[in-house]
Amino acid sequence: MSGEAVRRYVLAILAHVAVIVVWYVFVSYGHVPSFVMPTPVATVAALGGTNYDWIGNTLVTASEIFGGYFLAVIVGVIIAIAFSWSSVAEAAVMPLLVSLNMIPKVALGPLFIVWFSYGIMPNTIIAFSISFFPILLNTARGFREVEPELLELVRSLRSSKWQTFIKIQLPSALPYIFSGMKVGAILAVAGAIVGEFLGSSRGLGYLMLQVQVTLDTAAMFMAVILITLLGVILYGIVLGLERLVIVRDARVK
Amino acid sequence: MSTPVAKPFIRVNGLRKVYRKGNQEFLAISDATFEVAPGELVSLVGPSGCGKTTLLKVLAGLQDYDSGEARIGSATHPFDPSRDIGMVFQQALLLKWRRVLQNVMLPAEILGLPIRESRERAGELLAMVGLTGFEDKYPYELSGGMQQRAAIARALIHDPKLILMDEPFGALDALTREKMNLELLNIWKRSGKTILFVTHGISEAVFLGTRVIVLTASPARMADNIKIELPEPRTLDVKTSETFGEYSRRIYHLLGLG
Ligand SMILES: Nc1ncnc2c1ncn2[C@@H]1O[C@H](COP(=O)(O)OP(=O)(O)OP(=O)(O)O)[C@@H](O)[C@H]1O
Ligand SMILES: [Mg+2]
Repeated sequence: MSGEAVRRYVLAILAHVAVIVVWYVFVSYGHVPSFVMPTPVATVAALGGTNYDWIGNTLVTASEIFGGYFLAVIVGVIIAIAFSWSSVAEAAVMPLLVSLNMIPKVALGPLFIVWFSYGIMPNTIIAFSISFFPILLNTARGFREVEPELLELVRSLRSSKWQTFIKIQLPSALPYIFSGMKVGAILAVAGAIVGEFLGSSRGLGYLMLQVQVTLDTAAMFMAVILITLLGVILYGIVLGLERLVIVRDARVK
Repeated sequence: MSTPVAKPFIRVNGLRKVYRKGNQEFLAISDATFEVAPGELVSLVGPSGCGKTTLLKVLAGLQDYDSGEARIGSATHPFDPSRDIGMVFQQALLLKWRRVLQNVMLPAEILGLPIRESRERAGELLAMVGLTGFEDKYPYELSGGMQQRAAIARALIHDPKLILMDEPFGALDALTREKMNLELLNIWKRSGKTILFVTHGISEAVFLGTRVIVLTASPARMADNIKIELPEPRTLDVKTSETFGEYSRRIYHLLGLG
């Protein structure tokens, strides 16, 4: 690692530590009541406290986020590929999808609960529906923006449709796919939590509603932190994959 | 006008191409007639929009045409349209996600040529264009001129009989361009390929070509087909010679600039 990179990491970590310190000082010395804002220590202590089943609830939320997101990536990319193969399909289906995307997905929450019953399923579907569209849109754009001259180059060699796809179109579109996946990752987290707020009996969002009643603010803080961590993990995985798969210069900035 | 060629490798006769969009028509090529002998390097020069790229695309089989004839190959020099065309464009068009050697390999992969031999050949071609040691670099690590040389190596990997070059050095600075011209002449001499070279540059066209075909725009037509006779091997000194000046002046005239 270069000196420059080390310096940037150190600064980033310092900034995070600084926020925690300010938080601590603000709560301890500002005499803020703990039901308004707990100290960092109290927040962490909430993990050990009552029987909130942190692990179980975190796993439930994680499975909703990851499941919905994974589904969104698969379906979004496959539909975009179909669009790149058939302009008729794109012309017919795309406007429909654009209209559907105008529906606030959150508003569908109660309906999803009716359709898919109470529990993990409807929340997974909300996470899916909210992260699916940016992935599809970006991927479709990636396929559209393949340099036409590159296509001519391989066409002059009479390449098969499959060769053109696998050697030119897909790798050209990959940076766009990842940029859609990054947007989708953040949305999937929000989708799953909103789903849990709307109606659920498990998960970190559900837990937040439970502890809200008892004014256990420390536990609410912890829940938010865990939700954020789930998002960070998902985003980190996507970022790591991007690093692995895409040559630096080809990434979408 | 046109110099007859004994056994033409390319025969373009009365070629006409009209682009249609809705009920609008645009005449891109009209009555282009010329022949290219095997092993010639023919320059195509003309103003923007005169149909140079269109002509190359027709020859590459990427574009259909309205009437006339565009035939490549002869009994002595058979031509397989899928394997015998190498293309070089104004932009190098290297695949950003592939290293230089893998970029050069692309046509070999598509044509299903034996990988091991092709890789060897790619190494030789990269040496020929002066890119030894850059095999494992990514395109962004190369200068514009180096990228273009890699693109030329790529156009040669499958040993095509015909190289179509569309303003390959148009994006390069003047100095690099002169250097690339000399290298192209070298490559051409060593490989014995037939090359069609599209350019905006009159002096480049004369310097490189065994013949220069002059196209004009609006109306699109072929203005002349000039055999270029300059002392061989051609060096940059040739450009200051009287004959060179005469050829250039003649083309300037044809293009309405002289
Ligand atoms: N796909 C297309 N559809 C409609 N018109 C086209 C198309 N491609 C080219 N043309 C028109 O045909 C004419 C010839 O185009 P072409 O690209 O062959 O010119 P060119 O000589 O290569 O020009 P330049 O030197 O600028 O590259 C231009 O006027 C252009 O507008
Ligand atoms: Mg052109």
